[in-house]
Amino acid sequence: MIPEEIVRSPSWYESSARNRITGLLDAETFREILGPAERVMSPHLELFDLPPAFDDGVIVGRGQLDGKPVAIIAQEGQFMGGTFAEVSGAKIVGLLRAVTASAGTPDGVSAVLLLLDTGGVRLQEANAGELAVSETVRALLGVRAAGIPVVALVGGRAGAFGGGGIVTACCSHVVISEQGRISVTGPEVIETNKGAEEFDSRDRALVWRITGGRSRVLLGGADSYVKGDVASFRAAAARSRNAAPPFTLETMAAEQDRLEKRLSSYGDCRDTPEIWARAGLADPASVPDIDDDAFLALLSEREIKHDAR
Amino acid sequence: MTPVELLTRLFPSGHEVVAGPFNTLAGRAILTDGAAVEIVGVTDGAPLSPEIAIELAGSIIRIVQDGKKTPIVLLIDTASQRMTRRDEMLGLNEYLAHLAKVVTLAGLSGHRTVAVLYGAAAAGAFIATALAAQTLITIDGAHPSVMDLPSIARVTKLPLEILEKKAETTPIFAPGVTPLAATGAVLENWTEADNFSDRIETVLTLEASSDTRDTLGEERGGRKVAHSVALRVAAEFGKAAR
Amino acid sequence: METFTIRARARAPLPGTGRQAIVGVVASGNLEILLERSETDNDVVVDVATSARGFRAVWEAVVADFVTRSSPGGVRFSIHDNGARPDTVTLRLLQGVKLLETQP
Repeated sequence: MIPEEIVRSPSWYESSARNRITGLLDAETFREILGPAERVMSPHLELFDLPPAFDDGVIVGRGQLDGKPVAIIAQEGQFMGGTFAEVSGAKIVGLLRAVTASAGTPDGVSAVLLLLDTGGVRLQEANAGELAVSETVRALLGVRAAGIPVVALVGGRAGAFGGGGIVTACCSHVVISEQGRISVTGPEVIETNKGAEEFDSRDRALVWRITGGRSRVLLGGADSYVKGDVASFRAAAARSRNAAPPFTLETMAAEQDRLEKRLSSYGDCRDTPEIWARAGLADPASVPDIDDDAFLALLSEREIKHDAR
Repeated sequence: MTPVELLTRLFPSGHEVVAGPFNTLAGRAILTDGAAVEIVGVTDGAPLSPEIAIELAGSIIRIVQDGKKTPIVLLIDTASQRMTRRDEMLGLNEYLAHLAKVVTLAGLSGHRTVAVLYGAAAAGAFIATALAAQTLITIDGAHPSVMDLPSIARVTKLPLEILEKKAETTPIFAPGVTPLAATGAVLENWTEADNFSDRIETVLTLEASSDTRDTLGEERGGRKVAHSVALRVAAEFGKAAR
Repeated sequence: METFTIRARARAPLPGTGRQAIVGVVASGNLEILLERSETDNDVVVDVATSARGFRAVWEAVVADFVTRSSPGGVRFSIHDNGARPDTVTLRLLQGVKLLETQP
């Protein structure tokens, strides 16, 4: 017999960006902005003889989550690695700016859901992509400063790498699954630059121990850990929008303290099980192998929640 | 240009800036009218590590806590983010984001923030430092980049010669001040002949509460569609509510 | 990249009232198809942009087979292809018309 939870909800990792949106929002509430039929596409891919996508790999719009209005942004990791580029980035930035401008008006939303699935900047449009990340950071923090939480959801094929890792950590709250990965420089790039002794990108278990969802949530790089199905992401998104820290000097001072302590406590560690052993986990070596229920139980025992992001 | 030479040309009326740990700088300078400016910096092309990011962020938090809304000038000569397994394990993305957040918070809190790039900055380190300020100035010889062309060639699987040829027709991907300025990242590039003191004082008076880099990129023709796409999304946002 | 347009006549207009739909993703070995009910009566238009050069005859055969099996009259198919195999193309075309038919 197939377990009920598998029947119940599709895998986040396997789903397309559009299907994640459908599963995340209340039925029939999604209104896409600049959808595929508008044909707002990259003007640069032709130079590289690459096929474009009708939405340039980013879907933006609004809808409802548990009856409350939300803005939503979803990157499609399967198209050009879900990269930040001129058009894909401008869609994100435009939406975030509109959310800030509408704060406190009848068009305002209760939260922004940011479905990251990205390798970072699209190198064919490197300068536009880099600026798009920087503009996203500023626009996103503007949303938070207006009192609206931005919830990052990370569990896609492309992870949240490069500028996407930076954007993730700018959000009010980060939801991640086991398959989710967050990093700045990807393992392949570190290996190319520094050699396999520094980071063997083909060692899958190592890559997950360094960048994966469990390591991130244990160290404080993510706030909510979920099973990898769409329904679990939906439940976490609905829950976390009410508990997100405001973007203030106090929050940043608390984050400064949190990140300084992490460096002084674990700065000399070489691998995450060393960190977990030092943090007092009973069986650090087993963390990657236990199932999600056991891992969630371990998390609830430890109460690693902080209000410093 | 060394940091001391740069400081002397920017602030001939005086500066008291000291070297901190991990290739950082912190201190104050005086404008010609006697007003104070806070200085925070990174030197010697040091790759941006968690240690540097947290040091810079700590300095800026203390400036904001001071409550005087003093302008902040960031002097930047870094590299890419440091590429090690250890830094990634410790959550380098959070350290870089924290720095970008703190610089942005300073701007939102009424501090004028200007970055002066007098060396290198690349990739995530560029985002967390020079691009995080409200305004970016480059000094002749500065080298901002996302990724160098040989690396772009490797990832895109295009021969370097082909990429170099394409870079002549578009500023959209090539490294350097000129293409990045065309896309709106850099407000001004100052050359040896410029009076840095006059220029920084003028830049510090500019209004910078909103992010207009996409407008600049549109005007300069280096990023032709970003601004209009962002405007279209914003215009549709209210309609989609009904 | 190679771009071309294939025109065909279907037996009948596609049932249903959905105006547009999108299926697939421009991933390696995959394609996206945007369907719009913008043509008259039984006309079918397929705009193809593909990264694989030199396969126009294969595309024409796939479209002819699809138009015979299905009845997508009145629909324009705009395709971005990143090297999908013919069976994947057929699958996406069928998914697309099903989605368009059943949409409100």
